[in-house]
Amino acid sequence: MPESRATTAAPEPRAEGTDGHPPLLEVRGVTKSFGSGRRRLTALDGVDVQLGRGQTLGLVGESGCGKSTLARVLLGLERPDAGTVRYDGVDPFALRGKELLNWRRRVQMVFQDPFASLNARMSAADLIGEPWRTHRDVVPDAKAREKRIRELLSLVGLRESDAHRYPNEFSGGQRQRIGIARALALDPDLIVCDEPVSALDLSVQAQVLNVLSELQSRLGVAYVFISHDLSVVRYISDRVTVMYLGKVIEHGETEDVFERPQHPYTAALMSAAPVLDTSRASDDQEIQLKGEIPSPFDIPSGCRFRTRCWRAEDRCATEAPPAVVREPQGMGDAHTALCHFPL
Amino acid sequence: MTTTSAPAPSDTAPALDVEGLCVDLSTPSGTVRAVNGVSFSVRRGRTLALLGESGCGKSMTALSVVGLLDPAASVTGGAVRVRGKDTLRLSPAERRKLAGPVLSIVFQDALTALNPVQPVGRQIGEPFRIHRGLSRRQAEEKAIELMTRVGIPEPRQRAKSYPHQFSGGMRQRLLIAMAVALDPDVLIADEPTTALDVTVQAQIMRLLRDLQDERHMAVVLITHDLAVVAQRADDVVVMYAGTVVEQGAVHDVFTSPRHPYTRGLLDSVPEDAERGRPLPAVPGSPPELSAVPPGCVFQARCPLVRERCVRERPSLRSTGDGRSAACHFSEELDRA
Ligand SMILES: Nc1ncnc2c1ncn2[C@@H]1O[C@H](COP(=O)(O)OP(=O)(O)OP(=O)(O)O)[C@@H](O)[C@H]1O
Ligand SMILES: Nc1ncnc2c1ncn2[C@@H]1O[C@H](COP(=O)(O)OP(=O)(O)OP(=O)(O)O)[C@@H](O)[C@H]1O
Ligand code: SF4
Ligand code: SF4
Ligand SMILES: [Mg+2]
Ligand SMILES: [Mg+2]
Repeated sequence: MPESRATTAAPEPRAEGTDGHPPLLEVRGVTKSFGSGRRRLTALDGVDVQLGRGQTLGLVGESGCGKSTLARVLLGLERPDAGTVRYDGVDPFALRGKELLNWRRRVQMVFQDPFASLNARMSAADLIGEPWRTHRDVVPDAKAREKRIRELLSLVGLRESDAHRYPNEFSGGQRQRIGIARALALDPDLIVCDEPVSALDLSVQAQVLNVLSELQSRLGVAYVFISHDLSVVRYISDRVTVMYLGKVIEHGETEDVFERPQHPYTAALMSAAPVLDTSRASDDQEIQLKGEIPSPFDIPSGCRFRTRCWRAEDRCATEAPPAVVREPQGMGDAHTALCHFPL
Repeated sequence: MTTTSAPAPSDTAPALDVEGLCVDLSTPSGTVRAVNGVSFSVRRGRTLALLGESGCGKSMTALSVVGLLDPAASVTGGAVRVRGKDTLRLSPAERRKLAGPVLSIVFQDALTALNPVQPVGRQIGEPFRIHRGLSRRQAEEKAIELMTRVGIPEPRQRAKSYPHQFSGGMRQRLLIAMAVALDPDVLIADEPTTALDVTVQAQIMRLLRDLQDERHMAVVLITHDLAVVAQRADDVVVMYAGTVVEQGAVHDVFTSPRHPYTRGLLDSVPEDAERGRPLPAVPGSPPELSAVPPGCVFQARCPLVRERCVRERPSLRSTGDGRSAACHFSEELDRA
């Protein structure tokens, strides 16, 4: 079923966390620093994130803003200095032994570079089945494993005969599918995708995006989807979180954020992204940012975006901006931003 | 000052004219053709985009034009004309004289393109010493002027810094400063912003365009980003597997593509796609250079493929309005 077009519509957003159930993922006030003294860098500064089952959260922001660090915290690979991470209300960092192993199974990762992330000496079948070596009870029986590998291959649009081929015999898009099949082998609730299509050719990118959305509608898996490509994020995400220098500066339903950004940085980011429309010179509507992203060792006082912001006033240098909250236009999350003078 | 005083070419003559360029690559498993009969031309003040996916031969084309090909690769045919001369027929020494004042190039990876152990001021000043015989001190003054022009803050102090002390965006500015130092007729920019963040990308593209307007350069912009082409180029050359499959004014090509590959690319951009609906992906992936089929290079992935496509390679033929496409059945796309 490569590039199958017969998918059902994406599942309706389910309001979770409001009906008494804890959401699949809830992150509150997560802070993470590296280094010490003057070389101390705060990669995450009070980050909040929430995600329901079967949904996709897009995570955008410029290089170094903390996206991959947050991904590692979500995977339990990095322990936050402060704040809480909860999966279905459970703190993964408090788990030990079998419980921890069980939890690890539920959260998987797809990496950016399908060339670097797969062991060249393992066949596709070995790669996909490798997670079962640690999680022995997921598919205990050898026969069942073979069958499951065939199913997984077909789920991501590869052929059964591909099972015995090695990574160098696959194209970039096919390798990324192997990475996805491997993440699916443990039936996760959440897959964190860190720039999953950035290394792929444009004509191949669409194939992988289709596989991801189709799997979501079939299996109900949730994604945290990190990308610098705004058109990809808009297409794949239910909600979008925008980060700047370690802080979430805007969050909301995808359409709310894209149609009516409140934060000057989000507005600039969106206006700077070139669009396909040849009748519109990008400068018409481009909000030009001055300067470069400040050093993470030296975060500006007040609002951290003020050194590049075109709406900045004196107050922005002295007072940390408040959260402004707008009602969503449809159903879903409130549309929030951190700014003294939101748009 | 002692610049080479070639007569200024008129605006209607192309500043760069590439015709039938072929480049062969020797690999452990034999010789493959990486660039196969590529032609295009660009006038001063205009921007031509070379668009195509990874490995289709964009950089090889650019490197052949400026004479910086890797030893594993060699030009086996065609012509590259600037100021009325075919540069492929010049001696290496004559060719080096063109690099800087006539043709220059900006690479994607600014960190590897700069010398890590030399202060940037000295590197940027180097073209003035080589081509114009300025002293080290005079050249550094020129370098500081250029650094100011491309927006490096505190250029006098920063001229003494080393490349790793600059951010990615600033390094790209430094490379651009070096490339435009001698006012070239033609500037080739090979994915000049691919490694940069969106807002910094926009700054760099704006800088390039301002410099182009100011110096009236012809720009060849190499990219795999359709949106960058849509907004920054006048004309586009779409490449696939070492060949040109379509060429024309950007607006025309993007509103009514005449090659199935161009159309597939345009369709697969998620920009206007509706959430929850599958993207119309092009199946498969581009061929390996060693396995480009006889017949049409796009046949394995083409929705319109039929027997003739397997037998006969379509040549790039005019489809009117200064456009051309290499497809036997390009008329069918207008109706589809
Ligand atoms: N292990 C570490 N030790 C020190 N600093 C780190 C470490 N990991 C990340 N950082 C720093 O933390 C900041 C956030 O990095 P992170 O990789 O999360 O950014 P990102 O948003 O993923 O960027 P990119 O888009 O470039 O991938 C950066 O300044 C980075 O240099
Ligand atoms: N030094 C080299 N030795 C062997 N093969 C090479 C070399 N340089 C390039 N190639 C091959 O030649 C082909 C054309 O490469 P080229 O760099 O021109 O592609 P490109 O269109 O610029 O791609 P990209 O978008 O990835 O930069 C590719 O298949 C590449 O693998
Ligand atoms: S708080 Fe001030 S500086 Fe910060 S984004 Fe808002 S207007 Fe700009
Ligand atoms: S020549 Fe045939 S295979 Fe090639 S692009 Fe045209 S229709 Fe498709
Ligand atoms: Mg990252
Ligand atoms: Mg290249």
